[in-house]
Amino acid sequence: MYSPIIIFEALANGLMLGAVYALIALGLTLIYGVLHIVNFAHGALLTVAMYAIWLAFEKFGLDPYLAILIVTPLMFALGYALQRFIIGPSSHGSDNGILLVTLGLSIVIQNLLLAGFSSDTLTIATDYAFGVVPIGPLLLSLPRVIGLGVSLLTALLLWFVLNRTDIGKAIRAVAKERLGASLVGINVAHVYAMTFALGTACLAIAAGLLMPTFYVSPTTGAAFVLVAFTIVVLGGMGSILGALIGGLLIGVVEAVFSLFLGDSLGQIGIFLIFILVLLVKPTGLFGARG
Amino acid sequence: MLKAHNLTKRFFGLVAVDNASIDVPEGSITGLIGPNGAGKTTLFAMIAGFSPPNEGRVVFQGDDITTEKPHLRARRGLARTFQIVQPFAGLNVRDNIAVGAYLHTKDPTEAKRRATEVAEKVGLGRELDKLASGLTIAGRKRLELARALATRPKLLLLDEVLAGLNPSEIRDVLPIIRKIREEGVTILMIEHIMQAVMNLCDSVYVLSQGKMIASGEPKVVCTDPAVIEAYLGHGAAARMQAEGAAHA
Amino acid sequence: MTKNFELILALAFLALLAVLALVGLPGNILNLFIFMMIVALTAQGWNMLGGYGGLSSFGHAAFFGTGAYTTTILQTTFGINAWIGLVCGVALGALVGALIGFLSFRAGLKGSYFALITLAFAEVLRILANSWDFTGGASGMMVSLKNSFWDLQFADRRYFFLILVVFVVLGLFLTRWLERSAFGAYLIALRENDQAAQALGVDIFRIKMQAITLSAAITSLAGCLYVQNFLFIDANVAYGSWISIEALFAAIVGGAGTIAGPLIGSVLLLGLGEITKSFSGGIPGIDLVVFGIILVLCVAFAPNGVRGYVADLYRRRMNRPPSSPKIV
Repeated sequence: MYSPIIIFEALANGLMLGAVYALIALGLTLIYGVLHIVNFAHGALLTVAMYAIWLAFEKFGLDPYLAILIVTPLMFALGYALQRFIIGPSSHGSDNGILLVTLGLSIVIQNLLLAGFSSDTLTIATDYAFGVVPIGPLLLSLPRVIGLGVSLLTALLLWFVLNRTDIGKAIRAVAKERLGASLVGINVAHVYAMTFALGTACLAIAAGLLMPTFYVSPTTGAAFVLVAFTIVVLGGMGSILGALIGGLLIGVVEAVFSLFLGDSLGQIGIFLIFILVLLVKPTGLFGARG
Repeated sequence: MLKAHNLTKRFFGLVAVDNASIDVPEGSITGLIGPNGAGKTTLFAMIAGFSPPNEGRVVFQGDDITTEKPHLRARRGLARTFQIVQPFAGLNVRDNIAVGAYLHTKDPTEAKRRATEVAEKVGLGRELDKLASGLTIAGRKRLELARALATRPKLLLLDEVLAGLNPSEIRDVLPIIRKIREEGVTILMIEHIMQAVMNLCDSVYVLSQGKMIASGEPKVVCTDPAVIEAYLGHGAAARMQAEGAAHA
Repeated sequence: MTKNFELILALAFLALLAVLALVGLPGNILNLFIFMMIVALTAQGWNMLGGYGGLSSFGHAAFFGTGAYTTTILQTTFGINAWIGLVCGVALGALVGALIGFLSFRAGLKGSYFALITLAFAEVLRILANSWDFTGGASGMMVSLKNSFWDLQFADRRYFFLILVVFVVLGLFLTRWLERSAFGAYLIALRENDQAAQALGVDIFRIKMQAITLSAAITSLAGCLYVQNFLFIDANVAYGSWISIEALFAAIVGGAGTIAGPLIGSVLLLGLGEITKSFSGGIPGIDLVVFGIILVLCVAFAPNGVRGYVADLYRRRMNRPPSSPKIV
């Protein structure tokens, strides 16, 4: 059996990893909530952001946390352009079209990265990667503590943008009633693209938080995408609070499963939860929409 | 033939249909009228099996079918059309109707032959090879009717088949409905167009705010003060009577 | 372009390939053809459910892998004959399809939810196959070389290609039958509008169950044949998302819900992939970049795939109204 300390550390680690999961899921759920689309390219875009952070470090010696400040606007712009000029026009608004277009995009992005960077895993070596923060008897990894803090801060910021700014109000208006919003003069295509951009920008922050302790390869994002979907479905498609709580929950579940089953089987827990939620309550824990 | 008794449907506390009952005798054309939002389509959905009632029973030819799935009701001979037309957009008219015909034959040639027959009956004979998505509103309404007829129903539920049609199109469809009844099909129809209701129905039910407020012969029901008030607002009946007296 | 004409064209094309193969082709071309046929068969399976039924699965690897592992385990661990292994593989693949279908359709999943849950099922199977001993774990499994018809292996690969062509031809006929049958009409009806279908007496749950079982059976057959050709599998090959993606891409690019679509799509995609690879000097992943771009272009400009696009061109030349885009 494991000592309580190990279990508590696993739980704490799970919470901290879960916070970054939540951040990834936040972007996904925001896009779903407004555009009502399942963005399959989300994982691939996370990979792009991770490579961007890696490049900033490798070529310009920029610290990953600082690089967030540069990569975020870039990812924002990329997200905007993708939705406005590719996903929107090519999918003709049909659900299946969007699903397929984003799937196609994810394949393109993933393999462009493979062509450009090969399949090697890349890492960043920072001197604080193995730093620890002692909290009582627990020794917590410094980057993960930072990850938890910044993720929560980002969620708060996102909440502020949605509730206190003009574009946020426009986004919520479009999410509730697209036709009505367009009738009062809101440019729906622009709002869609802004939402997509915000969701993509979340990935830049997540990438910056992951890179000090994680690695990147062309398929890294794909590993995260199903986890993110699980969180989104668990929390209720489109629910920000749901994504946050779902993310933390999934982080803990993964940590606990990995502790008892080993890393490779540990992931199964996530998929089983995903399947169960879809089968039993597809609206999730916090979702109102059927 | 159909007895729907004490049907109640609640959506999150909102009572859409409140203890409504309706009897459709065999061989009749029965109308269901009422102002917008009265709950007519919800009542239809319960009868056709698309939305289970919270309370009440639906009995068809003596069998309780309250909780039976829609496709099983269709096999019993209960067919419906949709107010908002639901064509199989990517299929042509013949194949659309054949889907209904497959209920009684698994042979594709035979199903298509019957589809052609039904199409001619409702006046779609010349558009058999057209895609359903290419039909006009009037054409799509006829297609709804044809598909339902192809299942050889005993009871046909028509949800506003005349809505959206112009007067001359309505004149064309009325005899078709009458002919369907003459061939032994009982009909329950939701309709807004009073000309049609007066013309076709043996009896009508009036639903208002979820409650059945009147029923009987169309001419009688139309002069019922409760019905007039449901349509024109509180006090309307009294005003009309007063005006009538003044004119006299 | 009538359905029969489409069928005849597809058959003629396959006959041409078969003759070419028999006359003699360079080894690498023959290998490409073999791979095209395996993907075509997988896509034919996908097409039954995703094309005609409108239920896009992102996890057909679940069936492909089950077929592949079943026949491999039966042959290597239990010494059972390859043909019997193939039949068992198809049966078990169909069973897995029925199981996934039962759970998903009873819960009423469709659209992106159905896509996601099929993907999740395939991933669960992949992780399990990667860690269990009797599937060989991460190191995979080998089928020993025997080279006889009785063992469904051929020293001369031309014969294996011919067997694949026979199965793809059967797939074409099966699809043609489906289009003409009451079952197919019901399947298309529920794709176009499931409420209206129910109102007309269609038991949509039963029809979807039959469709996914049939679809899974065909795709697991492709998985079995894959093993007989490559004689090796591991979890990432058998249950990896690559095959789910290729099946879906081939069917949609070729024309989902059409007879020849999956065949057209796999020949086109794999052919183009091969050409790009050779022109680019073998940059990894470049063929998949091309696949992805073609998929996006297809969704944007040819919603009915290459097959639908050609049919529309033909119709336009004959001055008939074009078919409107269909929601797959």
